[in-house]
Amino acid sequence: MSREKVITVQDLTKKFGDFTAVDAITFDVYEGEIFGFLGANGAGKTTAMKMLNGLSKPTSGSGTVAGLDVIKETEKIKERIGYMSQKFSLYEDLSVVENIQFYGGVYGLSRKRIKEKTEEILTELNLKDVAKKLVKSLPLGWKQRLAFAISMVHDPAIVFMDEPTGGVDPKVRRQFWEAIYEASKKGRTIFVTTHYMDEAEYCDRVSIMVDGKIEALDTPDKLKEQFNAETMDEVFLKLVRN
Amino acid sequence: MGAITVEHISKSYGDIKALKDINFNVKSGELFGLIGPDGAGKSTLFRILTTLLLADSGNATVVGHDVVKEYKDIRKKVGYMPGKFSLYQDLSIEENLSFFATIFGTTIEENYDLVKDIYVQIEPFKKRLAGKLSGGMKQKLALCCALIHKPEVLFLDEPTTGVDAVSRKEFWDMLKSLKEKGIAILVSTPYMDEASLCDRIALIQEGKILSIDAPEKMISAFAKPLYAIKTNDIYETLLFLRKQSYTESALPFGEYIHLITREPMDKVEIEQQIKSENIEVEEVKAIKATVEDIFLDLSKTAETNN
Repeated sequence: MSREKVITVQDLTKKFGDFTAVDAITFDVYEGEIFGFLGANGAGKTTAMKMLNGLSKPTSGSGTVAGLDVIKETEKIKERIGYMSQKFSLYEDLSVVENIQFYGGVYGLSRKRIKEKTEEILTELNLKDVAKKLVKSLPLGWKQRLAFAISMVHDPAIVFMDEPTGGVDPKVRRQFWEAIYEASKKGRTIFVTTHYMDEAEYCDRVSIMVDGKIEALDTPDKLKEQFNAETMDEVFLKLVRN
Repeated sequence: MGAITVEHISKSYGDIKALKDINFNVKSGELFGLIGPDGAGKSTLFRILTTLLLADSGNATVVGHDVVKEYKDIRKKVGYMPGKFSLYQDLSIEENLSFFATIFGTTIEENYDLVKDIYVQIEPFKKRLAGKLSGGMKQKLALCCALIHKPEVLFLDEPTTGVDAVSRKEFWDMLKSLKEKGIAILVSTPYMDEASLCDRIALIQEGKILSIDAPEKMISAFAKPLYAIKTNDIYETLLFLRKQSYTESALPFGEYIHLITREPMDKVEIEQQIKSENIEVEEVKAIKATVEDIFLDLSKTAETNN
């Protein structure tokens, strides 16, 4: 399949003094792909992701995100990507509509576009009845889907998600993955970090970082085959304990 | 005598009913899991049982002592590891442990046997400040501090949340060996896959217990027809299955969809149905339920009844 590459990374490295946090990682992520970026605590996931988000300058290596250079075009990258973290990034004391408007403004959308986007999000997420309610009054699952929709308010090519589903309700978690599937079907690329291996099984492909290096990268199925394991959890344990 | 008994415990915060008529008991030497998502009421229950919060109604005892009248006795006999890391960040590993030993009128040496297996793993870093430890190490230290006075019952509130797979596994191994030393353990977790590591579990949601049993019994008692389906397009398959009259529920489970049907069905028939939508089917198989399937099923029923 010749799909467009949305992320390309070549020997990307980040050192802090003597410590190599990210050690020459190389990989590509394709358009519409749900890419799982896994690793133990402290394996270098966050540092790697910061470099891809234009928040941290690589020590060496190269890469592009949405066609933009991770060294020279960091400011442009920030405009072209969406970001969602576990803590969401919604303002609890603003209403649903105000949050959409706020982020639309931050990303420099026109008034007209913000209005369209607001309408679109409220309709798609079925939030019209609570549009004027404060975000803090919403159930967790709604907040999560709203945060996801808002992370795409500027139609980014790719959305980065940092541990998006920790600790949530199994039902809510599934609704959330369905929202991710839907976005990916529309061609949006999803780059998601998690250290819960069962979540990895929802991804098209996953990479596993150990001590700064990518030690495995494939579909969950092939990884399980490669490591002769029943679950991704087992794959991970085998890799990390070696 | 049970390690913990809970009878008709309820607790509200204003309009929010955090716990609704909770009943269960934990035997001595039992590893009992409280399994449920954020907001289920797990931490509230822990606080009531560790005598840090008063219930609105109901009774509870821990090692035979009433949680209200005999709270002082309980505090000496239980170890509690709250969900939030609550050791002194600016004390070292060694200082934290010695502090907790002193508070309980004992010494590290006196009860070293109990914490030894865990402590040796963090001992090489004993001069390091607790605030500078990794998640897995913090958790081990917290467990040592909760154990240093040789408690009879251990309360662990989400000890594995935010901890990676390797440390999680190590942690559960530690719990198993503590249990063998006769300590009763009440542990909460939002992760359904940890349920099978407990002797018995209570599934809890929105302040209500949905079911209590040994995990393997819960699984064998699940009678609904359940199939795992793998296709080249999970999302389209889900949408399709949900429209079918034979479907009770269809939910994504990683690479698979778990389908519960109203009546038992033939695997081949399901496959044909999906194929007719031009979706490639890789696999359809009848499977045993996981605790997560059961939780999702029970929580759906609970919702309908509300």
